[in-house]
Amino acid sequence: MIQTLNDASLDTFPKLMLSHARLRPDHDAIREKDLGIWQSWTWAQAAGEVRALACGLSSLGLKRGDKLAIIGDNRPRLYWSMTAAQSLGAIPVPLYQDSVADEMAYVLDNADIKIALVENQEQVDKILEVRDRCPRIEHIIFDESRGLRHYQQSFLHNFEKVQAAGRELDASNPDFFQQQVDLSSGEDTAIMLYTSGTTGDPKGVVLTNNNAIITARNGVIREGLGPDEEVLAYLPMAWVGDNLFSYAQSYVAGFCVSCPESGETVGQDLREIGPTYYFAPPRVYENMLTQVMIRMEDASKLKRGIFHYFMGHARKVGVRILNGETVSLKDSLLYSLGNLLIYGPLKDVLGLRRTRLAYTAGEAIGPEIFDFYRSLGINIKQLYGQTECMVFICVQPDGEVFADTVGTPAIDVEIEIDDSGEIRYRSPGVFDCYYKNPESTASTKTKDGWVHTGDAGYFDDNTGHLKIIDRAKDVGKLNDGTLFAPKYIENKLKFFSFIKEAVLFGNGRDYSTAFINIDLDAVGNWAERRNLAYSGYIDLAGQQDVFQLIKDCVNKVNQDLSQDSRLGNSQIHRFLILHKELDADDGELTRTLKVKRSFVAERYDTLVDALYSDKSECHVNTEVTFEDGRTGMLEADLKLSEAEIYPVKSITREVAA
Amino acid sequence: MNDKNIDDVILAVDNISLSFGVMKVLDSISFDIKRGEIRSIIGPNGAGKSSMLNVINGFYHPQQGSITFKGETRQQMAPYVAASHGIARTFQNIALFKGMSTLDNIMTGRNLKMKTNLFLQALHIGPARTEELENREVAERIIDFLDIQAIRKKPVGKLPYGLQKRVELGRALAAEPELLLLDEPMAGMNSEEKEDMSRFIIDVNTEFGTTIALIEHDMSVVMDLSDRVLVLDYGLQLADGLPHEVRANQDVIDAYLGIPHE
Repeated sequence: MIQTLNDASLDTFPKLMLSHARLRPDHDAIREKDLGIWQSWTWAQAAGEVRALACGLSSLGLKRGDKLAIIGDNRPRLYWSMTAAQSLGAIPVPLYQDSVADEMAYVLDNADIKIALVENQEQVDKILEVRDRCPRIEHIIFDESRGLRHYQQSFLHNFEKVQAAGRELDASNPDFFQQQVDLSSGEDTAIMLYTSGTTGDPKGVVLTNNNAIITARNGVIREGLGPDEEVLAYLPMAWVGDNLFSYAQSYVAGFCVSCPESGETVGQDLREIGPTYYFAPPRVYENMLTQVMIRMEDASKLKRGIFHYFMGHARKVGVRILNGETVSLKDSLLYSLGNLLIYGPLKDVLGLRRTRLAYTAGEAIGPEIFDFYRSLGINIKQLYGQTECMVFICVQPDGEVFADTVGTPAIDVEIEIDDSGEIRYRSPGVFDCYYKNPESTASTKTKDGWVHTGDAGYFDDNTGHLKIIDRAKDVGKLNDGTLFAPKYIENKLKFFSFIKEAVLFGNGRDYSTAFINIDLDAVGNWAERRNLAYSGYIDLAGQQDVFQLIKDCVNKVNQDLSQDSRLGNSQIHRFLILHKELDADDGELTRTLKVKRSFVAERYDTLVDALYSDKSECHVNTEVTFEDGRTGMLEADLKLSEAEIYPVKSITREVAA
Repeated sequence: MNDKNIDDVILAVDNISLSFGVMKVLDSISFDIKRGEIRSIIGPNGAGKSSMLNVINGFYHPQQGSITFKGETRQQMAPYVAASHGIARTFQNIALFKGMSTLDNIMTGRNLKMKTNLFLQALHIGPARTEELENREVAERIIDFLDIQAIRKKPVGKLPYGLQKRVELGRALAAEPELLLLDEPMAGMNSEEKEDMSRFIIDVNTEFGTTIALIEHDMSVVMDLSDRVLVLDYGLQLADGLPHEVRANQDVIDAYLGIPHE
């Protein structure tokens, strides 16, 4: 363990950096692939760059409390600009680099940005476009000068020139930088991160140095991270997770962070770096797995055979081996052989060969995807977090990892479930306030520091882990009082590749029912392999064999639900397969492809009524919008069916199920 | 592009005629290309556009006329002379080494810049090693410039068409040309790929100061990019001037842009 970890006097990021530069000046701090070569900067070099930049920013008028916008891909210079701003007591505000100018304008103005430090011409152009709406922006600094040669504006500055000015100031006043650094302490604001704002305008979450550093430190201690971890910084800098994993934890533990060459090379860069500590949202793991499976389909028969044989064995014993349980000698030897032939090379291709710890969060992850990685020996775990507390609320402990929980409370985090089922927490990471928004602050955070998450969940009786079931406002009750968490069950259905979309009903009803959309690709493929002819979605969705296929899926979900004493009574009693795909053009999905449940319920009220009757067939007539904007009518007779209902287990289940 | 300093002529062709047997492909064509400009050549299919580029870089030898490049007047060019004096080109039908990687293809563009002998190169020692490192750096800068890092090691034959076009541009740039000839750089591209390619052409022109002569069919692209436009029609020179002049020229409208239907 390194000295910086327990030194409470290192309560700001600049202090942490200077301490690394002093104690271990030659250890790599950050890396970037440029011109095909990994270029590294040691902590001493990085500290020099930050010092020059901080002085340069000061010469442009950046002072304590001023806001510096940072916009671009993960680049060492952009990470340094965070520390440079923090050295002056100014507040860095990273923005999502792929936002359009209009979206940026709101944040730039709301955050009172004084200087914007951006990666390239693309970002400069966006700021120039909205500059009249953000009158407080005084300067724009750019990293890459390409395409900016003919820009004449006097408020545009080259990054290197700003640093050069900073070096001059530093030479004439060598004590300035250290004095500035010493002015700040743990109570001061470290950073402002804007929440994505799917509901209403984005809110600026103000986090102090203590919030960030203590939380980062607790994470490092809990997982035993050291100064030799390898991390790839590839997720947006504006996202709290990147700020924690690639910045705060790197500064606390002193490990090196690598920046990919470009957005498209992340896969290759991942392989070259071989991170030991890795975060990815479920979608990334899912894509990786799909890539592997597609490539295996094209492999020779022999290779495919070996692959499937050993993957089968991994599914059988891999997770148990990872959890440290004992398996028979034969299984253990076979697993070692598999490691030599399949698992090792496969992990190498994925770039996860050295990964000791991989996190995922943000959405539910399919149990099959989760188990695939774990059976390969990759310690992938789920966590639960929010911007409002610098990520960590819950983490799964090693050896206690389940696909449908988010783990136990992180160090120093207290969790409560209130009467409505909403999760509340309190921790040292809890944010100071929403910037210039006391109403939202008051409605989210209580006076004694409890934060409402807006998520509904409960502690699982069997595992003691927190389980997130849905957004609190979407959770209802069946008439018998059972919790009804539609998204939780819909997700379970959607984990089957045959099911593309599902809509659950049940709030205020006697039992749950479901609309189901089949996945045309997956089911179409399945049908082709069985020589089932079909003309299109509506025909395929209406076939008896397909109906049976989906029914099996629903039954499996019910069986799974029956294992859960709280949600067991919300098993799906009746379901139907919709005659058309839910579509954003018809208003059934949002543009981000989320189901608008109440709209769907209203539009297909005859179908919902039919599900709550004993009819086995229902005629439906629907208006549809075609891509060119014309509308037409779609008619169909839909089958309705009962699903299998399983007795609910109320007794405690063995942990190692 | 307004502040570009376009003055001296880098290339002038005077009274060029080219025929294959009885077929006259170019008939008394004269025009010039000024240093630093983007010069477009347009015309219907078979107008002689590609032939004109082939005359400039020495693939075809005209029966009549002269070519003045950087002050030296010749009856005809030889491909080797053109290449070694700073003319590089891309082709209408992509002419890359399909089995080689993007990087290797771009490195072939450095061929004329390599001075050490085969023996040293084969052993990868001494000056050959230094030279290769220098050339690799140039190639990497081009890869960075064209934003093709992700396909650096991929065989170009497996790349989508739009990217192959980009690699071909990269190989031409590797020769650090003074005059770059682009034969339909945007043929067969979708609008997004065209936009990207236009951006690269403008960047090559402004960042490196490279003079560019291009053949293109997409009128909006030509009108946006070009400083001056030459119009050919069945081997004859129909018009030559600024984009808006050419667009307003009645002969050009009739021959190429089409007659408006009432």
